[in-house]
Amino acid sequence: MIEAKNLSKRYGDALAVDDVSFHCEPGTVTGFLGPNGAGKSTTMRMVCGLTRPTTGSAAVTGVPYHRLPNPGREVGVLLDASAMHDGRTGRETLALSTRTMGIGDDRVEEMLRAVELDGPPARRRVRGYSLGMRQRLGIAHALLGDPRVLILDEPANGLDPEGIAWMRGLLRDFADRGGTVLLSSHLLREVEAVADRIIVIGGGRLVASGRTDELLAASGVLVRALDPAALEAALTASGIAYTASGAGAVIADADAESVGWAAAGAGVVLLELRPADSMGLEAMFFQLTSGATTEDPTELEAAR
Amino acid sequence: MTATAYAPARAATRSVRRRPSLARLTLVELRKMTDTRAGFWLLLVIAVVAVGMVVIQLVTGDPAGRSLAAIFGGTLVPAGVLLPVLGILSATGEFSQRTALTTFTLVPVRARTVAAKLAASVLLALALTVVCLAASAVGNLLVGTAVEGNGSWSIGAAALGTGALYEVIVVVTGVGFGMLLMNTPLAIVASFVLPTIWGVLTAFVSAIRPVASWLDSSGTLGPLTSGHLTGEGWAKIAATVAVWAALPLAAGCVRLARREIS
Repeated sequence: MIEAKNLSKRYGDALAVDDVSFHCEPGTVTGFLGPNGAGKSTTMRMVCGLTRPTTGSAAVTGVPYHRLPNPGREVGVLLDASAMHDGRTGRETLALSTRTMGIGDDRVEEMLRAVELDGPPARRRVRGYSLGMRQRLGIAHALLGDPRVLILDEPANGLDPEGIAWMRGLLRDFADRGGTVLLSSHLLREVEAVADRIIVIGGGRLVASGRTDELLAASGVLVRALDPAALEAALTASGIAYTASGAGAVIADADAESVGWAAAGAGVVLLELRPADSMGLEAMFFQLTSGATTEDPTELEAAR
Repeated sequence: MTATAYAPARAATRSVRRRPSLARLTLVELRKMTDTRAGFWLLLVIAVVAVGMVVIQLVTGDPAGRSLAAIFGGTLVPAGVLLPVLGILSATGEFSQRTALTTFTLVPVRARTVAAKLAASVLLALALTVVCLAASAVGNLLVGTAVEGNGSWSIGAAALGTGALYEVIVVVTGVGFGMLLMNTPLAIVASFVLPTIWGVLTAFVSAIRPVASWLDSSGTLGPLTSGHLTGEGWAKIAATVAVWAALPLAAGCVRLARREIS
């Protein structure tokens, strides 16, 4: 499991991460969402002991990361797939880490096969790899030590749709076998399909966290009527808040039954009534993060 | 790519709770220093320089000076010229190639990685000394047959020891500069230029000479390769090592411990 307690990181005047707390349980996939520059990577580096928090602390499997005797065997980390030595082959990149961890070289071949980089690609230098190949090598690297915890920063970057589906299956399977997964993304759709829980960060602050289905439910229902004006009047009359969603549809901040009753009471004919799902969560994500992102992320980068 | 394509390797759970030993980390660092093109060619060039110096000594200079000890002593300084680069690359490569991200997530106690890099560099310096000795021995075989010369095989253990110490000091200086500056070109330039400027100042400004000569590395370390060492000579070596190797290394360790790895 992963636990972050009141993590903050200040770079000069800029507060990159501001009092962020969360925990990730075994058996779950936690999606760590936020726009670029929101503080996701800084938070993950603090969890992995690469960045010293200004205040607060983090623990992985119950102890601070730097106290893990052989971290590679307990935590699989992929923070940046482009941070590999260009001049080493894919196989050599993995072999160096198996040597460090003290596990056999047959694990290297096994993982190269698992990410389909065995054969000729394994003998090529990483310089010649595409971003997708580097990302797959990075995932293989994270799984090398057969860890119980995975910490992945934007692992879907550069993967093709097939690769993304494969990774989702892999993470789901990993969690179902009792593993703990924390993966970050700036794209909601990437995360919602696989994450049991979602943490949203914006401008360095935690803006929402909870079970994915609860966050989805909280985003209301999408409803479309034959007469949009009559529907809006009916919703207003029943005290249901709503926002326009284009194509004559609105997203109502209530459950389907309440909306149905309100429409029936006013004799409004409904054409569509369903959970707003990703669209609603996307609106929420955008709203939450745009509200909290007060600092220009590029300024934050420059302040490092 | 299937989700179940990787099977857990839990059979080897013994290594989960055990810290990688320093010996293991040193072997990994040695491998890192030799598994890239840059590392491989650098080692090869250093070895070629050592062999080349033997050849040069066989065809030039005073034949009476051609003995194993003299030839060996003549290889040490030229072979060591590129040795700081080896130490620098070991330290700075982690940052120029950003492999530090992997290195320090696998070995979070950063001082252990520094210790392993130092150990690996020292081992390579010792290996270079052996190459110098072997090349000198082959050269000395030719003395008296193919070329004229003294050809004496006598060489003291002290000469071998101080020769090895010279190479070790040189490579550790490189690691120190690399750790301190964490930037390959800057570290290479600084490690060559700063001692040179110091040497020039020592030579031309007589007022500072009595003090400055203690830190003029080309002057103070030279006796290690020629074997003419006095008590004051050793003290000057200690002062040189303290300022040019130990100080950058210590400051570099502090910097690395505080630094954010990204």
